[in-house]
Amino acid sequence: MMPILNKNLSRQWSRIGQRGIYGQSLLSLANDNTNIFAISADLGNSSGLDRFKQSFPERFINIGIAEQNMIGFSSGLSTLGYNVFVSSFAPFITMRACEQVRMNLGYMQSNVKIVAIGSGLSMGFLGNSHFGIEDISIVRSIPNIPIICPCDCFEVYKSLEALSNYQGPAFLRLTGGSPASSIYKEDYEFEIGKSITLKEGKDILILSHGSILSNVIKASEKLEDNYSISCHIENVHTLNPIDDKIFSIIKQYQTIITIEEHSIIGGLSSIISDSLLSFKNDVSNHIKINLPDSFLKSGTYEQLLEKYSLSSDKIYSRIVHEYIETNN
Amino acid sequence: MNYKEFNYNQLKEDAYSVRKKILELSYKSGGGQHIGGGLSMVEIMCYLYGYRLNISPDNLTEIDRDRFILSKGHGVLGFYPILNHYGIINDETLNTYKQQDSELISHPIKNYNLGIESSNGSLGHGLSYGLGIAHGLKLKEINSKVFILMGDGECNEGSVWEAAMSASTLKIDNLILIIDFNKYQSDGKTQEIINQDQLAARWSSFGWNVIEVNGHDFLSIDNAFQNKMLIGSPNLILAHTIKGKGVDFMENNNSWHHGRLTENLFNEAINILKR
Repeated sequence: MMPILNKNLSRQWSRIGQRGIYGQSLLSLANDNTNIFAISADLGNSSGLDRFKQSFPERFINIGIAEQNMIGFSSGLSTLGYNVFVSSFAPFITMRACEQVRMNLGYMQSNVKIVAIGSGLSMGFLGNSHFGIEDISIVRSIPNIPIICPCDCFEVYKSLEALSNYQGPAFLRLTGGSPASSIYKEDYEFEIGKSITLKEGKDILILSHGSILSNVIKASEKLEDNYSISCHIENVHTLNPIDDKIFSIIKQYQTIITIEEHSIIGGLSSIISDSLLSFKNDVSNHIKINLPDSFLKSGTYEQLLEKYSLSSDKIYSRIVHEYIETNN
Repeated sequence: MNYKEFNYNQLKEDAYSVRKKILELSYKSGGGQHIGGGLSMVEIMCYLYGYRLNISPDNLTEIDRDRFILSKGHGVLGFYPILNHYGIINDETLNTYKQQDSELISHPIKNYNLGIESSNGSLGHGLSYGLGIAHGLKLKEINSKVFILMGDGECNEGSVWEAAMSASTLKIDNLILIIDFNKYQSDGKTQEIINQDQLAARWSSFGWNVIEVNGHDFLSIDNAFQNKMLIGSPNLILAHTIKGKGVDFMENNNSWHHGRLTENLFNEAINILKR
């Protein structure tokens, strides 16, 4: 049965986090959609799929710690009419199995959805082997694969609901820890490829995605309170294809800021700066707040967000420094 | 041409015709071609398409068709002429081989209407894909089978062994893997690149029923299918073959792994082609 999205559920789900909500949501969608199949590379319990496995044992496979085989197998299985959801930690599913993703999903356009769990910095002390900070860049370079980066647990559900009716490959990127911040408190319109305006504003445009959007919102409130800067915040949940609407919004601003929990190479900031070439001088200032092109230190998720300037305070001070000081 | 009766003489005749088409296609399209590995797989392919497979021009998109996957994607010269010989792709389409924008290039591109089940080219992909199909067929209670042709050099790829482990665990017995064991790969003898002494034992230890056959002898191949398949475990036919089979100067001569036929060499090859 489909959940009723409301404030109480938002509170409950935020305690579980995006990864656990993936398993719960897929279970709820699989009740009504008998074509949904779940495959895990030995991370079923870590992905909240234990109840899915109990409820639909014939539609769940732990394929073993073998991501290449998982993608190829899922691709073959999907030819029988199944919509196959495969999950593993972000780096393993994008890099270990990269050629399988390219050949089976991009080239053959199989009906397989990749769910990258624990992306960004959420693996904390597990370190660089487990961080997913290049995943968007890698998948984006392969044609035919939409990339969706939900900002909270409701958006994980909304994305999965959309993907359960979507024919073809896709990449779903789950970030953040548990508890996870929530942005949406009730049901809302979600469509793959259509960005969502979270806040209207006239001074600067902020484009962002994933769980750090809650930090972005907090930072924007502080900018408003302390400097009367009004921010337009756009939730760019789909990075590929990016919503054309964004480019008409961009034209209205002199300063745009892209903020993301991903390497500076190949993510949203790259997508926007690639496209900005065609705007020439229409945008005078593009501030990029992302992770550096390097291997990072370990720490708790919160410590890492702070160290790498993605906490709300650090986002705020970067904007103060780069926008206000530059403009004065 | 699409007979599904075991007719030894007919299959021999088919193999001769297909080899001739391989040479003609190689010569006409020019440049370097994977000829050796195309010629080694001919009897296996004629046996499958001329007799064993439930695949015909009429059922290419039917859910209950058998599936054939060319995992050794470089073997298209042993595949497109087969699809043409058994009426699945017409002469006009075959003649587009390696033309600009053609669907028929040096590696297969998935196209159900042309009888091509998957895109391959980089090695070690076909078995996983076939396993997924085979598992799906079982879930849907469809009695079709999945046939995969792989190279012995291809067994160097780690993904092959991931899939090998998975097949026996999932008890995939509606899939038949055939290894075209011609003992050569791009740079030379497989034996010298990755030791293949224990190839059969390795597959057995991964839970496969391994049947060794002479891959150029229709009776040996047929015996494997008729008498030696097991239910409840995946089946592998390890087909001993000769790279470049049928043309004396190409046999076991790895310069024909990827070689170019001049007019003289083409004429010579056609003249000495063994029936």
